[in-house]
Amino acid sequence: MTDAATEQLLEITLRVNGVRRTASAPARRLLSDFLRHDLGLTGTHVGCEHGVCGACTVLLDGEPARACLVFAVTAQAHEVTTVEGIGHDPANLSPVQQAFAECHALQCGFCTPGFITTITAYLDENPQPTPEEAREAISGNLCRCTGYQNIVKAVVRASEIVREREEETR
Amino acid sequence: MKPAPFVHHAPRTLEEAVAVLGEVGHDGKVLAGGQSLIPLLSMRLASPAHLVDVNGVAGLDAVEVTDTHVRVGALVRHAGLERHDGAAAALPLLRQALRNVAHPAIRTRGTTVGSIAHADPSGEMPAVTVLTGGVVEAAGPRGRREIAAADFFTGPLETTLAEDELVVAVRFGLLPAGTRTGFVESARRSGDYALAGVALAVGMDGDVVTSATASFVSVTPVPDVLDLGPALAGRSVGDLPLDDVAELVRSHVGPESDIHAPADYRRMLAAELTRRVLTTTTTPTEGAA
Repeated sequence: MTDAATEQLLEITLRVNGVRRTASAPARRLLSDFLRHDLGLTGTHVGCEHGVCGACTVLLDGEPARACLVFAVTAQAHEVTTVEGIGHDPANLSPVQQAFAECHALQCGFCTPGFITTITAYLDENPQPTPEEAREAISGNLCRCTGYQNIVKAVVRASEIVREREEETR
Repeated sequence: MKPAPFVHHAPRTLEEAVAVLGEVGHDGKVLAGGQSLIPLLSMRLASPAHLVDVNGVAGLDAVEVTDTHVRVGALVRHAGLERHDGAAAALPLLRQALRNVAHPAIRTRGTTVGSIAHADPSGEMPAVTVLTGGVVEAAGPRGRREIAAADFFTGPLETTLAEDELVVAVRFGLLPAGTRTGFVESARRSGDYALAGVALAVGMDGDVVTSATASFVSVTPVPDVLDLGPALAGRSVGDLPLDDVAELVRSHVGPESDIHAPADYRRMLAAELTRRVLTTTTTPTEGAA
């Protein structure tokens, strides 16, 4: 049996933002670090590294998950969506990104990727949240600039933008 | 804040998982959702040499509802059980409690069975397990066995599970027809570890209470069941001796002081939360089973 003192290197293949990506990494590589260091996707931010702050939130099979609380090797069978997969073209922002811009819902921006992924998944589940529901939905994400008022506004605004875009394409 | 090196094992069947656990013994740890384990590894509070990652094991992800219990497999995520309408209809307390388990992004990965096996006194689901007379199904090199919830938890993060055993499923017992249930907890931030929490089951005949039991979160070293029957049985909803109930709770719980709150405050909070959840649960139209 392999000795744990000698690092076990694994070929890890993930499907990230619709693209198959493979890299070699130790078994202990957290998904957050795998995305950033091994795949160069630095949009996922690393804050507390024990699941409290929510900055590293990504979507696993469309559902929000803490990338710092998943080993990359365990995520192999899953579809991963990072903030880059939600949108990285300033001229073509996702509804949540547009709402953040309109409502001034970011200050330093460090926590923003985690908020964008969390809120994107939440609006799939609850397309018309009240401000109270919006507050509950973001309760797992910390903003050290404490910009929560405008983030709550952005959740509600994003749900309007989704509906506006649906009407435009009708 | 990175985990120490370990050897990753990815068994595809329960038999393989049990074989690996038997081989690595006390150097091994089972990884399912990892929402409690990975922080412990990252902070190096635990550094097992082997991780037995059961996420690829087939057949552990089912929820089964029968006339007597809800059986939850080891890979059922909190979010999956929370969404399961059959489980919620049979035992509303499951959904009531699961809504309080951490944040949605944790519930999508964390497993209900893992949280029970982890035996954290601040976990919601251990309290639900004891209150419903749950049964833990374990598998190991010496075969399979069943452990009653009352015999499972022995201390904070300690159970009667052997080092080479893993929990395959937990069966939550259904409560008698007409039992009303409620769950409430208080945390500094919604979704964080509760300062105190209460799970409650109340038997009712019309508006008269026939039985009442409670179990607690974060204020007892091991989840156990407090019988509130002596104080409440035979009393009608409009005439509940809430002060007596609060006193029973205060003398039952034994919280610890920590950086978040002193023991006295947690004791007061447990009593007050019990008073509140008892009132809302017995109010007509709310909390009906």
